[in-house]
Amino acid sequence: MDKVIVCENLSKHFGPFKAVDDISFEVKRGEIFGFLGANGAGKTTALKMLTGLIMPTSGRAEVAGFDVRQNPEAVKRRIGYMSQKFSLYEDLTVRENIRLFGGIYGLKRAVILEKTAALLSALELENAADQRVSALPLGWRQKLSFSVALLHEPQIVFLDEPTSGVDPLTRRRFWELIYATAEQGVTIMVTTHYMDEAEYCGRVSMMVDGRIAALDTPHLLKKQFDAADMDEVFRKIARPDDKQKTLKSGKK
Amino acid sequence: MRHFFAFIKKEFLHILRDRRTLMILFGMPVVQVLLFGFVLNNEIKNAAIAVYDPSKDEASTALVGKLVSSGYFRLAQNLKGPEEMEAAFRSGKIKMAVVFPNEFAKNAGQPDARVQLIGDASDPNAAVTLLNYAQAIVGDWQQERAKAIGAPRLEIITRMRYNPEQKAVFNFVPGVMTLILMLVSAMMTSITIAREKEMGTMEVLLVSPLKPIHIILGKTTPYLVLSFFNALVVVLMGMLVFGMPLRGSAGLLALSSVVYMFVALSLGIFISTRAQTQQAAMFMSALGLLMPTMLLSGFIFPRESMPLPLQVIGNAIPATWFNPIIKGIMIKGVGLEVLWKNLLVLTGMGLVFLVLSLRNFKDRL
Repeated sequence: MDKVIVCENLSKHFGPFKAVDDISFEVKRGEIFGFLGANGAGKTTALKMLTGLIMPTSGRAEVAGFDVRQNPEAVKRRIGYMSQKFSLYEDLTVRENIRLFGGIYGLKRAVILEKTAALLSALELENAADQRVSALPLGWRQKLSFSVALLHEPQIVFLDEPTSGVDPLTRRRFWELIYATAEQGVTIMVTTHYMDEAEYCGRVSMMVDGRIAALDTPHLLKKQFDAADMDEVFRKIARPDDKQKTLKSGKK
Repeated sequence: MRHFFAFIKKEFLHILRDRRTLMILFGMPVVQVLLFGFVLNNEIKNAAIAVYDPSKDEASTALVGKLVSSGYFRLAQNLKGPEEMEAAFRSGKIKMAVVFPNEFAKNAGQPDARVQLIGDASDPNAAVTLLNYAQAIVGDWQQERAKAIGAPRLEIITRMRYNPEQKAVFNFVPGVMTLILMLVSAMMTSITIAREKEMGTMEVLLVSPLKPIHIILGKTTPYLVLSFFNALVVVLMGMLVFGMPLRGSAGLLALSSVVYMFVALSLGIFISTRAQTQQAAMFMSALGLLMPTMLLSGFIFPRESMPLPLQVIGNAIPATWFNPIIKGIMIKGVGLEVLWKNLLVLTGMGLVFLVLSLRNFKDRL
């Protein structure tokens, strides 16, 4: 009942190239759902279809109760997004960034002021409020970026490789933030190519060549592929050698 | 509307925070007008000349005197023989040489009288200009002399209409205006959109409830305002510093400037749907817009003297159609009855590129 994302036979073709090839899955409210795969495996394309950035070639996707093809505007109002490149304006101050995105999502001025104060104190950024974002350390920028994506209280947040280029400690802290958010009932869709991060996800879908090669909790995936960690699971799935057979029988 | 205003405000903040953009926006028009107006002048003064005058009589002395007193020439060298001329040209000491025959005064009234003017055509523009000056002065001198001895002569009366002093700035101010508006409207817009793509913020905007048309309008509105301000600065500088007239309607000039900016802005958006990085956008605008605007629109080189293919390409450049509008309104004082065709072409160009870029916008970004 509480399914916030329903995806049925979703495909995206660029000419003869099948970037996403017939994927189906469902995500429940408050879940942390990971999209894993090598670069070019189709995770970013899948994410872009779910956020309404690009139209699917075929198949159906429902996000926050609305069809992405028929009602992308309704979807957009209910989701938050943080891109793999940095999603804030570096030449604007912390406060200006918050105000801008509040404004873009149509929040009233009083609400924005209230949210700004709450956000600044939660992130302990009161002293840096009028500094340009470019002056903040990367870890802070990332937390700020995440919080800004949550400003309009979306049901689902899409994180496209949010931790690329960040040191492990900062990455850990960032994941604590993600957990806290999910506990409040916000669904998290995250793409990553760090296999250790996959362990943090509630469920993980492994993408290879546009298809979902495996989908389960990290625990069960490790069991299924007889692997010590997610890295090994990934290697067994992605390497096109004798283990390919294991993969296919495992999927059925 | 609230989200749209939040977006425009951010755009202005970007412009105000970036020193490089500010310099281009506010420094460029002033520098370019001054540069073109004062430095890149077609007029040559005090060009060094050498004279070979074996006759040294009253007529040749008077003619040399007339050349020098015109202010365009200064006598740098008296050649002792024709063989010295080559060295003088080679060393670059002189730009033109005047060669008299023997017994000039005696022959000057005769039908086959001659005097030779030799220019240094390693710089062809300067050479042509200098020879024209010298020919005019020699012609003058001949008239006076003919009058003095009572010989019948055909007198040619020339008048340069609209710009009797032939001020080069009358040509440069409209040219600079076409260039600056293209620079600010097209180049800056394409760069700022490309910057959003490069930084990854464009994705965030596209995922937001902002519609593509909001993003386009939000991006272009600030530059439209700034372009208009720049056009005002260029026209005012032309009038106040260089004494350019405004004989036609200021309102029509403003209106047609806005039409031209509309074309430039839609070109800028069109480029940004193609360019993924700021550098690519800058490169495409410079090569695809600024160079043709300068070289093919008739701003620097007259279109009439271009080979046919270049004239045809020139027709596709907005400045080719906008330049005559500015000149027509400011210098000739004509109105819509003459310029409607140019305005129509510009409007059409703008619409075409706007439709093309709107079609491209979503897939390409």
